[in-house]
Amino acid sequence: MSVDATTVRRIAHLSRIAVSDADVPHLEDELNSILAFVEQLGQIDVSGVEPLTSAMAMTMRLRADEVTDGGYAAKVVANAPVSEDNFFLVPKVVE
Amino acid sequence: MNAPVRMPKLIKGATGDWEVVIGMEVHAQVSSNAKLFSGASTEFGGDPNDHVSLVDAAMPGMLPVINEECVRQAIRTGLGLKAQINLRSVFDRKNYFYPDLPQGYQISQFKDPIVGEGVLTIDLENGAQVEVGIERLHLEQDAGKSLHDQHPTMSFVDLNRSGVALMEIVSRPDLRSSEEAKAYVTKLRSILRYLGTCDGDMEKGSLRADVNVSVRRPGEGLGTRCEIKNVNSIRFIGQAIEYEARRQIGILEDGGVIDQETRLFDPGKGETRSMRSKEEAHDYRYFPDPDLLPLVFPQELVDDLAAHLPELPDEKKARFINVLGLPAYDAGLLVADKDTADYFEAALNAGGGKRDAKAVANWIMGDISAYANSVSKAVSQTFITPEQVAGIVDLIGEGVISGKIAKDVLAIMVEEQGGDPRAIVEARGMKQVTDTGAIEKAVDEIIAANPDKVAQAQAKPTLAGWFVGQVMKATGGKANPQAVNELVKARLGL
Repeated sequence: MSVDATTVRRIAHLSRIAVSDADVPHLEDELNSILAFVEQLGQIDVSGVEPLTSAMAMTMRLRADEVTDGGYAAKVVANAPVSEDNFFLVPKVVE
Repeated sequence: MNAPVRMPKLIKGATGDWEVVIGMEVHAQVSSNAKLFSGASTEFGGDPNDHVSLVDAAMPGMLPVINEECVRQAIRTGLGLKAQINLRSVFDRKNYFYPDLPQGYQISQFKDPIVGEGVLTIDLENGAQVEVGIERLHLEQDAGKSLHDQHPTMSFVDLNRSGVALMEIVSRPDLRSSEEAKAYVTKLRSILRYLGTCDGDMEKGSLRADVNVSVRRPGEGLGTRCEIKNVNSIRFIGQAIEYEARRQIGILEDGGVIDQETRLFDPGKGETRSMRSKEEAHDYRYFPDPDLLPLVFPQELVDDLAAHLPELPDEKKARFINVLGLPAYDAGLLVADKDTADYFEAALNAGGGKRDAKAVANWIMGDISAYANSVSKAVSQTFITPEQVAGIVDLIGEGVISGKIAKDVLAIMVEEQGGDPRAIVEARGMKQVTDTGAIEKAVDEIIAANPDKVAQAQAKPTLAGWFVGQVMKATGGKANPQAVNELVKARLGL
Protein backbone atom coordinates (compact mmCIF):
# COMPACT_ATOMS: atom_id res chain seq x y z
CA MET A 1 0.00 0.00 0.00
CA SER A 2 1.28 3.45 -0.85
CA VAL A 3 0.02 6.99 -1.26
CA ASP A 4 0.57 9.48 -4.08
CA ALA A 5 0.71 13.29 -3.97
CA THR A 6 -3.04 13.60 -4.65
CA THR A 7 -3.86 11.34 -1.72
CA VAL A 8 -1.56 13.32 0.55
CA ARG A 9 -3.38 16.54 -0.35
CA ARG A 10 -6.72 14.85 0.14
CA ILE A 11 -5.86 13.45 3.57
CA ALA A 12 -4.49 16.84 4.61
CA HIS A 13 -7.71 18.50 3.52
CA LEU A 14 -9.93 15.93 5.27
CA SER A 15 -7.86 16.46 8.43
CA ARG A 16 -8.02 20.24 8.02
CA ILE A 17 -4.23 20.51 8.04
CA ALA A 18 -2.69 23.20 5.83
CA VAL A 19 -0.02 21.60 3.66
CA SER A 20 1.92 23.71 1.17
CA ASP A 21 2.84 22.28 -2.24
CA ALA A 22 6.49 22.33 -1.17
CA ASP A 23 5.69 19.98 1.73
CA VAL A 24 3.80 17.41 -0.32
CA PRO A 25 6.78 15.42 -1.73
CA HIS A 26 8.50 14.77 1.59
CA LEU A 27 5.18 14.03 3.32
CA GLU A 28 4.46 11.51 0.56
CA ASP A 29 7.82 9.86 1.26
CA GLU A 30 7.30 9.90 5.02
CA LEU A 31 3.81 8.42 4.82
CA ASN A 32 5.00 5.72 2.42
CA SER A 33 7.85 4.74 4.68
CA ILE A 34 5.45 4.54 7.64
CA LEU A 35 3.07 2.39 5.59
CA ALA A 36 5.95 0.17 4.49
CA PHE A 37 7.00 -0.27 8.12
CA VAL A 38 3.46 -1.22 9.17
CA GLU A 39 3.16 -3.55 6.22
CA GLN A 40 5.71 -5.86 7.83
CA LEU A 41 2.76 -7.08 9.87
CA GLY A 42 1.50 -8.70 6.69
CA GLN A 43 4.33 -11.24 6.94
CA ILE A 44 2.68 -12.90 9.90
CA ASP A 45 0.15 -15.62 9.16
CA VAL A 46 -2.96 -14.79 11.19
CA SER A 47 -5.37 -17.11 9.41
CA GLY A 48 -7.74 -18.61 11.96
CA VAL A 49 -6.74 -16.10 14.65
CA GLU A 50 -9.54 -13.99 16.15
CA PRO A 51 -8.85 -10.24 16.16
CA LEU A 52 -7.67 -9.15 19.60
CA THR A 53 -9.81 -6.32 20.93
CA SER A 54 -8.37 -6.14 24.43
CA ALA A 55 -5.25 -7.29 26.22
CA MET A 56 -7.50 -8.59 28.98
CA ALA A 57 -10.36 -11.02 28.63
CA MET A 58 -13.17 -8.63 29.41
CA THR A 59 -16.27 -7.23 27.78
CA MET A 60 -17.31 -3.60 27.72
CA ARG A 61 -18.45 -2.08 30.99
CA LEU A 62 -21.85 -0.39 30.97
CA ARG A 63 -23.09 2.57 32.99
CA ALA A 64 -26.48 2.92 34.67
CA ASP A 65 -28.92 5.34 33.02
CA GLU A 66 -28.52 8.08 35.61
CA VAL A 67 -27.74 11.77 35.24
CA THR A 68 -24.45 12.15 37.09
CA ASP A 69 -22.68 14.82 35.11
CA GLY A 70 -23.09 18.26 33.51
CA GLY A 71 -24.40 21.49 34.96
CA TYR A 72 -21.09 23.33 34.59
CA ALA A 73 -21.44 25.23 31.32
CA ALA A 74 -18.89 27.87 32.40
CA LYS A 75 -16.30 25.12 32.85
CA VAL A 76 -17.15 23.59 29.46
CA VAL A 77 -16.49 26.85 27.59
CA ALA A 78 -13.63 27.98 29.84
CA ASN A 79 -10.94 27.20 27.26
CA ALA A 80 -12.86 28.47 24.23
CA PRO A 81 -11.07 31.32 22.40
CA VAL A 82 -14.44 33.09 22.11
CA SER A 83 -17.65 32.45 24.03
CA GLU A 84 -20.79 34.34 24.93
CA ASP A 85 -23.62 33.41 27.32
CA ASN A 86 -21.94 29.99 27.66
CA PHE A 87 -22.16 29.33 23.91
CA PHE A 88 -19.00 28.52 21.96
CA LEU A 89 -18.49 31.11 19.23
CA VAL A 90 -16.87 30.00 15.99
CA PRO A 91 -16.38 31.67 12.60
CA LYS A 92 -19.72 31.50 10.79
CA VAL A 93 -20.45 28.24 9.02
CA VAL A 94 -23.60 28.26 6.93
CA GLU A 95 -24.87 25.85 4.33
CA MET B 1 -63.57 -11.20 -1.58
CA ASN B 2 -60.09 -10.41 -2.82
CA ALA B 3 -57.66 -8.75 -0.42
CA PRO B 4 -56.83 -5.17 -1.45
CA VAL B 5 -53.60 -4.99 -3.43
CA ARG B 6 -50.88 -2.36 -3.64
CA MET B 7 -51.64 -0.27 -6.71
CA PRO B 8 -48.57 0.91 -8.60
CA LYS B 9 -48.37 4.67 -8.43
CA LEU B 10 -46.69 6.03 -11.53
CA ILE B 11 -45.81 9.61 -12.26
CA LYS B 12 -46.68 10.84 -15.73
CA GLY B 13 -43.77 12.49 -17.51
CA ALA B 14 -43.65 14.11 -20.94
CA THR B 15 -42.24 10.91 -22.43
CA GLY B 16 -44.11 8.29 -20.44
CA ASP B 17 -44.59 6.90 -16.95
CA TRP B 18 -42.00 6.89 -14.19
CA GLU B 19 -41.77 4.99 -10.94
CA VAL B 20 -40.26 6.57 -7.84
CA VAL B 21 -38.11 4.43 -5.53
CA ILE B 22 -37.60 5.55 -1.93
CA GLY B 23 -35.48 4.34 0.96
CA MET B 24 -35.40 5.99 4.38
CA GLU B 25 -32.81 6.54 7.06
CA VAL B 26 -34.65 7.59 10.19
CA HIS B 27 -32.78 9.05 13.15
CA ALA B 28 -34.72 8.41 16.32
CA GLN B 29 -33.58 9.84 19.63
CA VAL B 30 -33.39 7.10 22.23
CA SER B 31 -35.55 7.74 25.31
CA SER B 32 -33.07 7.71 28.18
CA ASN B 33 -32.17 9.91 31.14
CA ALA B 34 -28.48 10.20 30.34
CA LYS B 35 -26.47 10.33 27.13
CA LEU B 36 -25.07 7.37 25.19
CA PHE B 37 -21.53 7.61 26.56
CA SER B 38 -21.73 10.13 29.42
CA GLY B 39 -23.75 10.92 32.53
CA ALA B 40 -25.08 14.27 31.25
CA SER B 41 -28.83 14.82 30.94
CA THR B 42 -30.72 14.33 27.67
CA GLU B 43 -33.47 16.75 28.71
CA PHE B 44 -34.67 19.03 25.91
CA GLY B 45 -34.20 22.78 26.09
CA GLY B 46 -31.63 23.34 28.85
CA ASP B 47 -29.50 26.47 29.14
CA PRO B 48 -26.61 26.59 26.64
CA ASN B 49 -24.02 23.87 27.34
CA ASP B 50 -25.66 23.03 30.66
CA HIS B 51 -26.32 19.37 29.80
CA VAL B 52 -22.75 18.79 28.78
CA SER B 53 -20.09 16.69 30.45
CA LEU B 54 -16.40 16.93 29.66
CA VAL B 55 -16.86 13.72 27.63
CA ASP B 56 -19.49 15.39 25.42
CA ALA B 57 -17.24 18.41 24.97
CA ALA B 58 -14.42 16.03 23.91
CA MET B 59 -11.94 17.34 26.43
CA PRO B 60 -8.58 15.53 26.20
CA GLY B 61 -8.34 12.34 28.21
CA MET B 62 -12.08 11.81 28.58
CA LEU B 63 -13.29 8.27 27.90
CA PRO B 64 -16.76 7.14 26.80
CA VAL B 65 -18.67 4.57 28.92
CA ILE B 66 -21.82 3.20 27.32
CA ASN B 67 -25.28 3.65 28.90
CA GLU B 68 -26.89 0.23 29.40
CA GLU B 69 -30.43 1.56 28.97
CA CYS B 70 -29.60 2.86 25.48
CA VAL B 71 -28.45 -0.65 24.58
CA ARG B 72 -31.69 -2.11 25.93
CA GLN B 73 -33.76 0.45 24.03
CA ALA B 74 -32.00 -0.44 20.77
CA ILE B 75 -32.65 -4.16 21.40
CA ARG B 76 -36.34 -3.46 22.20
CA THR B 77 -36.67 -1.48 19.00
CA GLY B 78 -35.01 -4.26 17.03
CA LEU B 79 -37.45 -6.76 18.52
CA GLY B 80 -40.35 -4.46 17.63
CA LEU B 81 -39.11 -4.47 14.03
CA LYS B 82 -38.89 -8.30 14.10
CA ALA B 83 -35.20 -7.90 13.43
CA GLN B 84 -32.05 -9.91 13.97
CA ILE B 85 -30.38 -8.84 17.23
CA ASN B 86 -26.59 -9.04 17.06
CA LEU B 87 -25.13 -10.24 20.35
CA ARG B 88 -21.83 -8.68 19.39
CA SER B 89 -21.57 -5.28 17.76
CA VAL B 90 -18.78 -2.75 17.30
CA PHE B 91 -18.56 1.02 17.63
CA ASP B 92 -16.66 2.90 14.94
CA ARG B 93 -15.47 6.45 14.50
CA LYS B 94 -17.02 8.35 11.60
CA ASN B 95 -14.61 11.20 10.94
CA TYR B 96 -15.63 14.66 9.76
CA PHE B 97 -15.15 18.24 10.84
CA TYR B 98 -17.96 20.50 11.90
CA PRO B 99 -18.07 22.99 14.79
CA ASP B 100 -20.92 21.17 16.55
CA LEU B 101 -18.94 17.90 16.56
CA PRO B 102 -16.20 18.56 19.13
CA GLN B 103 -14.61 15.10 18.88
CA GLY B 104 -13.95 15.50 15.17
CA TYR B 105 -15.72 12.16 14.78
CA GLN B 106 -19.09 10.68 15.59
CA ILE B 107 -19.15 7.40 17.48
CA SER B 108 -21.40 5.22 15.36
CA GLN B 109 -21.66 1.61 14.22
CA PHE B 110 -20.56 0.77 10.71
CA LYS B 111 -19.74 -2.84 9.87
CA ASP B 112 -21.31 -4.54 12.87
CA PRO B 113 -24.54 -2.83 13.97
CA ILE B 114 -26.50 -3.93 17.07
CA VAL B 115 -29.58 -4.78 14.99
CA GLY B 116 -29.69 -6.44 11.58
CA GLU B 117 -32.49 -7.18 9.13
CA GLY B 118 -36.13 -6.79 10.06
CA VAL B 119 -39.47 -5.84 8.59
CA LEU B 120 -42.16 -3.23 9.08
CA THR B 121 -45.67 -3.60 7.67
CA ILE B 122 -47.46 -0.49 6.46
CA ASP B 123 -51.19 -0.13 5.77
CA LEU B 124 -52.13 1.77 2.63
CA GLU B 125 -55.20 3.93 2.16
CA ASN B 126 -57.03 1.22 0.19
CA GLY B 127 -56.45 -1.35 2.92
CA ALA B 128 -53.53 -3.06 1.19
CA GLN B 129 -50.45 -3.94 3.23
CA VAL B 130 -46.81 -3.56 2.18
CA GLU B 131 -43.86 -5.16 3.94
CA VAL B 132 -40.93 -2.77 4.04
CA GLY B 133 -37.52 -4.32 4.64
CA ILE B 134 -35.40 -2.94 7.48
CA GLU B 135 -31.74 -3.22 6.60
CA ARG B 136 -30.24 -2.37 9.98
CA LEU B 137 -30.47 -0.30 13.14
CA HIS B 138 -27.39 1.09 14.81
CA LEU B 139 -26.59 3.27 17.80
CA GLU B 140 -24.75 6.55 17.38
CA GLN B 141 -24.17 9.93 18.98
CA ASP B 142 -26.12 13.04 18.08
CA ALA B 143 -24.14 16.23 17.32
CA GLY B 144 -24.51 19.62 18.99
CA LYS B 145 -26.50 22.52 17.59
CA SER B 146 -25.25 25.60 15.71
CA LEU B 147 -27.15 28.88 15.67
CA HIS B 148 -26.26 31.04 12.69
CA ASP B 149 -28.58 34.01 13.24
CA GLN B 150 -27.22 35.40 16.49
CA HIS B 151 -24.21 37.30 15.16
CA PRO B 152 -23.04 38.75 11.81
CA THR B 153 -19.80 36.80 11.55
CA MET B 154 -19.94 34.09 14.22
CA SER B 155 -21.96 30.91 14.75
CA PHE B 156 -23.08 29.98 18.27
CA VAL B 157 -22.54 26.37 19.31
CA ASP B 158 -24.52 24.59 22.02
CA LEU B 159 -23.46 21.01 22.84
CA ASN B 160 -26.52 20.01 24.89
CA ARG B 161 -27.54 17.47 22.25
CA SER B 162 -23.97 16.35 21.68
CA GLY B 163 -23.68 12.71 22.68
CA VAL B 164 -27.41 12.04 23.03
CA ALA B 165 -28.12 8.50 21.80
CA LEU B 166 -29.72 8.09 18.38
CA MET B 167 -30.95 4.98 16.63
CA GLU B 168 -30.41 5.17 12.91
CA ILE B 169 -32.99 2.91 11.30
CA VAL B 170 -32.29 2.16 7.65
CA SER B 171 -34.97 0.78 5.33
CA ARG B 172 -34.55 -1.05 2.06
CA PRO B 173 -35.56 0.94 -1.05
CA ASP B 174 -38.98 -0.74 -0.87
CA LEU B 175 -41.21 2.35 -0.92
CA ARG B 176 -42.84 3.43 -4.19
CA SER B 177 -44.68 6.69 -3.48
CA SER B 178 -44.69 9.66 -1.13
CA GLU B 179 -47.83 8.20 0.48
CA GLU B 180 -45.99 4.96 1.25
CA ALA B 181 -43.02 6.90 2.63
CA LYS B 182 -45.31 8.88 4.91
CA ALA B 183 -47.10 5.69 6.01
CA TYR B 184 -43.70 4.15 6.76
CA VAL B 185 -42.57 6.99 9.04
CA THR B 186 -46.00 7.17 10.69
CA LYS B 187 -45.94 3.44 11.42
CA LEU B 188 -42.33 3.50 12.60
CA ARG B 189 -43.12 6.38 14.94
CA SER B 190 -46.15 4.52 16.26
CA ILE B 191 -44.05 1.41 17.01
CA LEU B 192 -41.34 3.48 18.73
CA ARG B 193 -43.96 5.16 20.91
CA TYR B 194 -45.57 1.85 21.82
CA LEU B 195 -42.15 0.50 22.76
CA GLY B 196 -41.30 3.67 24.69
CA THR B 197 -37.90 3.76 22.99
CA CYS B 198 -38.34 7.19 21.32
CA ASP B 199 -40.95 9.87 21.99
CA GLY B 200 -41.30 10.48 18.23
CA ASP B 201 -41.65 14.23 18.73
CA MET B 202 -40.63 15.58 15.31
CA GLU B 203 -41.01 19.21 16.38
CA LYS B 204 -38.29 18.74 18.97
CA GLY B 205 -36.15 16.83 16.50
CA SER B 206 -36.55 13.48 18.28
CA LEU B 207 -37.33 11.89 14.92
CA ARG B 208 -35.93 13.04 11.58
CA ALA B 209 -35.50 11.37 8.25
CA ASP B 210 -32.97 11.28 5.45
CA VAL B 211 -34.91 10.34 2.33
CA ASN B 212 -33.23 8.59 -0.61
CA VAL B 213 -35.13 9.20 -3.84
CA SER B 214 -34.56 7.90 -7.35
CA VAL B 215 -36.79 7.39 -10.38
CA ARG B 216 -36.89 4.76 -13.11
CA ARG B 217 -39.03 3.45 -15.92
CA PRO B 218 -41.30 0.71 -14.54
CA GLY B 219 -39.48 -2.61 -14.60
CA GLU B 220 -36.01 -1.14 -15.06
CA GLY B 221 -33.08 -1.27 -12.61
CA LEU B 222 -32.56 1.35 -9.90
CA GLY B 223 -31.75 4.90 -11.00
CA THR B 224 -29.17 7.21 -9.43
CA ARG B 225 -30.43 8.45 -6.07
CA CYS B 226 -30.27 11.73 -4.25
CA GLU B 227 -30.35 11.92 -0.47
CA ILE B 228 -32.57 14.60 1.07
CA LYS B 229 -31.16 15.30 4.52
CA ASN B 230 -32.89 15.90 7.83
CA VAL B 231 -36.54 16.26 6.88
CA ASN B 232 -38.36 16.90 10.14
CA SER B 233 -42.06 16.45 9.50
CA ILE B 234 -44.14 13.77 7.84
CA ARG B 235 -45.82 16.34 5.61
CA PHE B 236 -42.44 17.68 4.45
CA ILE B 237 -41.28 14.13 3.68
CA GLY B 238 -44.20 13.85 1.25
CA GLN B 239 -43.54 17.27 -0.30
CA ALA B 240 -39.80 16.67 -0.61
CA ILE B 241 -40.35 13.34 -2.42
CA GLU B 242 -42.94 14.81 -4.81
CA TYR B 243 -40.65 17.70 -5.68
CA GLU B 244 -37.50 15.61 -5.97
CA ALA B 245 -39.12 12.93 -8.17
CA ARG B 246 -40.42 15.62 -10.58
CA ARG B 247 -37.01 17.32 -10.62
CA GLN B 248 -35.24 14.08 -11.52
CA ILE B 249 -37.83 13.18 -14.17
CA GLY B 250 -37.38 16.65 -15.71
CA ILE B 251 -33.60 16.19 -15.93
CA LEU B 252 -33.84 12.67 -17.39
CA GLU B 253 -36.49 13.62 -19.94
CA ASP B 254 -34.30 16.48 -21.10
CA GLY B 255 -31.56 13.94 -21.75
CA GLY B 256 -29.56 14.80 -18.63
CA VAL B 257 -28.11 12.57 -15.91
CA ILE B 258 -28.74 12.63 -12.16
CA ASP B 259 -25.74 13.48 -10.00
CA GLN B 260 -25.68 11.43 -6.84
CA GLU B 261 -25.70 14.15 -4.22
CA THR B 262 -26.96 15.33 -0.86
CA ARG B 263 -29.85 17.78 -0.98
CA LEU B 264 -31.72 19.90 1.52
CA PHE B 265 -35.50 20.41 1.61
CA ASP B 266 -36.61 24.02 1.96
CA PRO B 267 -40.12 23.93 3.47
CA GLY B 268 -40.70 27.61 2.70
CA LYS B 269 -40.17 27.14 -1.04
CA GLY B 270 -41.31 23.50 -1.12
CA GLU B 271 -38.20 22.48 -3.07
CA THR B 272 -34.91 20.67 -2.59
CA ARG B 273 -31.51 22.15 -3.29
CA SER B 274 -27.99 20.82 -3.52
CA MET B 275 -25.66 20.81 -0.48
CA ARG B 276 -22.44 20.60 -2.49
CA SER B 277 -20.28 21.24 0.57
CA LYS B 278 -21.31 17.88 2.02
CA GLU B 279 -19.95 15.94 -0.95
CA GLU B 280 -16.23 15.99 -0.31
CA ALA B 281 -16.84 15.22 3.35
CA HIS B 282 -18.32 11.85 2.40
CA ASP B 283 -14.99 10.18 2.99
CA TYR B 284 -15.63 9.35 6.62
CA ARG B 285 -12.61 7.03 7.13
CA TYR B 286 -14.48 4.74 9.53
CA PHE B 287 -12.41 2.67 11.92
CA PRO B 288 -13.22 0.82 15.16
CA ASP B 289 -13.16 3.20 18.14
CA PRO B 290 -10.13 2.19 20.20
CA ASP B 291 -11.77 3.67 23.33
CA LEU B 292 -14.58 1.11 23.23
CA LEU B 293 -14.56 -2.66 23.41
CA PRO B 294 -17.06 -4.58 21.28
CA LEU B 295 -20.56 -4.51 22.76
CA VAL B 296 -21.38 -8.05 23.82
CA PHE B 297 -24.49 -9.27 25.66
CA PRO B 298 -26.06 -12.69 26.27
CA GLN B 299 -29.13 -14.05 24.47
CA GLU B 300 -30.84 -14.13 27.90
CA LEU B 301 -30.92 -10.31 27.91
CA VAL B 302 -32.67 -10.34 24.52
CA ASP B 303 -35.12 -13.02 25.67
CA ASP B 304 -35.89 -11.09 28.84
CA LEU B 305 -36.58 -7.87 26.94
CA ALA B 306 -38.68 -9.79 24.40
CA ALA B 307 -40.75 -11.29 27.23
CA HIS B 308 -41.57 -7.82 28.55
CA LEU B 309 -42.32 -6.15 25.23
CA PRO B 310 -45.69 -4.36 25.19
CA GLU B 311 -48.42 -5.30 22.72
CA LEU B 312 -47.50 -3.54 19.46
CA PRO B 313 -49.88 -1.83 17.00
CA ASP B 314 -50.16 -4.79 14.60
CA GLU B 315 -50.99 -7.26 17.38
CA LYS B 316 -53.38 -4.83 19.03
CA LYS B 317 -55.16 -4.24 15.74
CA ALA B 318 -55.50 -7.98 15.18
CA ARG B 319 -56.94 -8.39 18.67
CA PHE B 320 -59.41 -5.54 18.20
CA ILE B 321 -60.61 -7.19 14.99
CA ASN B 322 -60.60 -10.83 16.07
CA VAL B 323 -61.52 -10.62 19.75
CA LEU B 324 -63.56 -7.40 19.97
CA GLY B 325 -65.11 -7.76 16.53
CA LEU B 326 -64.21 -4.26 15.31
CA PRO B 327 -63.99 -3.57 11.57
CA ALA B 328 -60.37 -3.37 10.31
CA TYR B 329 -60.74 0.32 9.54
CA ASP B 330 -61.86 1.21 13.08
CA ALA B 331 -59.18 -0.99 14.62
CA GLY B 332 -56.50 0.67 12.47
CA LEU B 333 -57.60 4.15 13.50
CA LEU B 334 -57.73 3.31 17.20
CA VAL B 335 -54.32 1.63 17.42
CA ALA B 336 -52.37 4.26 15.44
CA ASP B 337 -51.83 6.20 18.66
CA LYS B 338 -51.16 4.16 21.78
CA ASP B 339 -52.90 6.64 24.09
CA THR B 340 -56.06 6.51 21.99
CA ALA B 341 -55.99 2.72 21.97
CA ASP B 342 -55.56 2.67 25.77
CA TYR B 343 -58.38 5.21 26.13
CA PHE B 344 -60.67 3.03 24.02
CA GLU B 345 -59.91 -0.05 26.09
CA ALA B 346 -60.37 1.86 29.35
CA ALA B 347 -63.80 3.05 28.16
CA LEU B 348 -64.71 -0.42 26.97
CA ASN B 349 -63.83 -2.03 30.29
CA ALA B 350 -64.70 0.81 32.71
CA GLY B 351 -66.31 -0.41 35.91
CA GLY B 352 -65.87 -3.97 34.73
CA GLY B 353 -68.76 -3.29 32.38
CA LYS B 354 -69.63 -5.31 29.32
CA ARG B 355 -70.45 -2.96 26.51
CA ASP B 356 -70.52 -3.04 22.76
CA ALA B 357 -67.01 -2.42 21.36
CA LYS B 358 -68.34 -0.91 18.15
CA ALA B 359 -70.55 1.54 20.09
CA VAL B 360 -67.60 2.65 22.22
CA ALA B 361 -65.38 2.93 19.13
CA ASN B 362 -68.02 4.99 17.31
CA TRP B 363 -68.26 7.46 20.17
CA ILE B 364 -64.49 7.85 20.48
CA MET B 365 -63.86 8.16 16.75
CA GLY B 366 -66.95 10.31 16.25
CA ASP B 367 -68.17 12.87 18.76
CA ILE B 368 -65.27 12.63 21.22
CA SER B 369 -62.66 12.98 18.45
CA ALA B 370 -64.60 15.88 16.94
CA TYR B 371 -64.51 17.67 20.28
CA ALA B 372 -60.81 16.82 20.80
CA ASN B 373 -59.98 18.20 17.34
CA SER B 374 -61.90 21.37 18.06
CA VAL B 375 -59.60 22.06 21.01
CA SER B 376 -56.49 20.73 19.19
CA LYS B 377 -55.92 17.90 21.63
CA ALA B 378 -55.63 14.15 21.45
CA VAL B 379 -58.70 12.32 22.71
CA SER B 380 -56.77 11.09 25.73
CA GLN B 381 -55.74 14.66 26.64
CA THR B 382 -59.26 16.05 26.87
CA PHE B 383 -61.14 16.41 30.16
CA ILE B 384 -63.46 13.61 29.06
CA THR B 385 -62.53 10.43 30.88
CA PRO B 386 -62.99 6.92 29.51
CA GLU B 387 -65.48 6.38 32.37
CA GLN B 388 -67.63 9.24 31.08
CA VAL B 389 -67.61 7.77 27.58
CA ALA B 390 -68.62 4.43 29.10
CA GLY B 391 -71.43 6.23 30.96
CA ILE B 392 -72.87 7.70 27.77
CA VAL B 393 -72.64 4.41 25.89
CA ASP B 394 -74.36 2.60 28.79
CA LEU B 395 -77.22 5.12 28.95
CA ILE B 396 -77.90 4.56 25.25
CA GLY B 397 -77.50 0.81 25.61
CA GLU B 398 -80.01 0.70 28.48
CA GLY B 399 -82.51 2.73 26.46
CA VAL B 400 -82.40 5.55 29.03
CA ILE B 401 -81.52 8.13 26.36
CA SER B 402 -81.47 8.13 22.59
CA GLY B 403 -78.30 8.68 20.53
CA LYS B 404 -79.55 12.17 19.82
CA ILE B 405 -80.04 13.05 23.50
CA ALA B 406 -76.59 11.58 24.16
CA LYS B 407 -75.11 14.29 21.96
CA ASP B 408 -76.91 16.87 24.11
CA VAL B 409 -75.48 15.24 27.24
CA LEU B 410 -71.98 15.51 25.74
CA ALA B 411 -72.63 19.16 24.86
CA ILE B 412 -73.56 19.84 28.52
CA MET B 413 -70.40 18.04 29.68
CA VAL B 414 -68.30 20.16 27.31
CA GLU B 415 -70.06 23.32 28.48
CA GLU B 416 -69.42 22.45 32.14
CA GLN B 417 -66.07 20.73 31.46
CA GLY B 418 -67.13 17.64 33.35
CA GLY B 419 -70.02 15.85 34.97
CA ASP B 420 -71.29 12.31 35.24
CA PRO B 421 -73.55 11.53 32.24
CA ARG B 422 -76.06 9.61 34.36
CA ALA B 423 -76.30 12.42 36.90
CA ILE B 424 -76.75 14.99 34.13
CA VAL B 425 -79.58 12.96 32.60
CA GLU B 426 -81.26 12.52 36.00
CA ALA B 427 -80.91 16.13 37.11
CA ARG B 428 -82.20 17.61 33.87
CA GLY B 429 -84.98 15.13 33.21
CA MET B 430 -83.46 14.06 29.91
CA LYS B 431 -84.60 10.46 30.28
CA GLN B 432 -86.21 8.96 27.27
CA VAL B 433 -89.95 8.48 27.84
CA THR B 434 -90.68 4.81 27.40
CA ASP B 435 -93.83 5.00 29.50
CA THR B 436 -96.46 4.25 26.85
CA GLY B 437 -99.15 5.95 28.87
CA ALA B 438 -97.42 9.31 28.64
CA ILE B 439 -96.65 8.87 24.94
CA GLU B 440 -100.23 7.75 24.24
CA LYS B 441 -101.53 10.86 25.95
CA ALA B 442 -99.36 13.10 23.78
CA VAL B 443 -100.32 11.24 20.61
CA ASP B 444 -104.00 11.47 21.42
CA GLU B 445 -103.81 15.19 22.15
CA ILE B 446 -102.11 15.96 18.85
CA ILE B 447 -104.50 13.77 16.85
CA ALA B 448 -107.47 15.44 18.53
CA ALA B 449 -106.12 18.92 17.80
CA ASN B 450 -105.40 18.29 14.11
CA PRO B 451 -108.36 16.54 12.42
CA ASP B 452 -107.37 17.90 8.97
CA LYS B 453 -103.88 16.41 9.21
CA VAL B 454 -105.40 13.10 10.30
CA ALA B 455 -107.47 12.97 7.13
CA GLN B 456 -104.42 13.82 5.01
CA ALA B 457 -102.27 11.18 6.69
CA GLN B 458 -104.93 8.53 6.27
CA ALA B 459 -104.96 9.31 2.55
CA LYS B 460 -101.21 9.49 2.31
CA PRO B 461 -99.51 7.35 5.06
CA THR B 462 -96.05 8.95 4.60
CA LEU B 463 -97.50 12.07 6.26
CA ALA B 464 -97.66 10.14 9.55
CA GLY B 465 -94.11 11.37 10.06
CA TRP B 466 -95.54 14.81 10.84
CA PHE B 467 -97.33 13.39 13.88
CA VAL B 468 -94.20 11.64 15.05
CA GLY B 469 -92.37 14.94 14.82
CA GLN B 470 -95.07 16.76 16.78
CA VAL B 471 -95.06 14.12 19.52
CA MET B 472 -91.26 14.29 19.79
CA LYS B 473 -91.55 18.06 20.09
CA ALA B 474 -94.29 17.83 22.72
CA THR B 475 -92.18 15.43 24.81
CA GLY B 476 -89.02 17.51 24.50
CA GLY B 477 -87.40 14.88 22.28
CA LYS B 478 -87.38 12.40 25.11
CA ALA B 479 -89.97 9.98 23.77
CA ASN B 480 -88.60 6.77 22.37
CA PRO B 481 -88.94 7.43 18.59
CA GLN B 482 -89.67 3.77 17.87
CA ALA B 483 -92.55 3.69 20.36
CA VAL B 484 -94.00 6.97 19.07
CA ASN B 485 -93.91 5.74 15.49
CA GLU B 486 -95.80 2.57 16.36
CA LEU B 487 -98.41 4.39 18.42
CA VAL B 488 -99.08 7.04 15.78
CA LYS B 489 -99.59 4.37 13.14
CA ALA B 490 -101.93 2.41 15.41
CA ARG B 491 -104.01 5.46 16.33
CA LEU B 492 -104.30 6.60 12.72
CA GLY B 493 -105.24 3.09 11.69
CA LEU B 494 -102.37 2.83 9.19
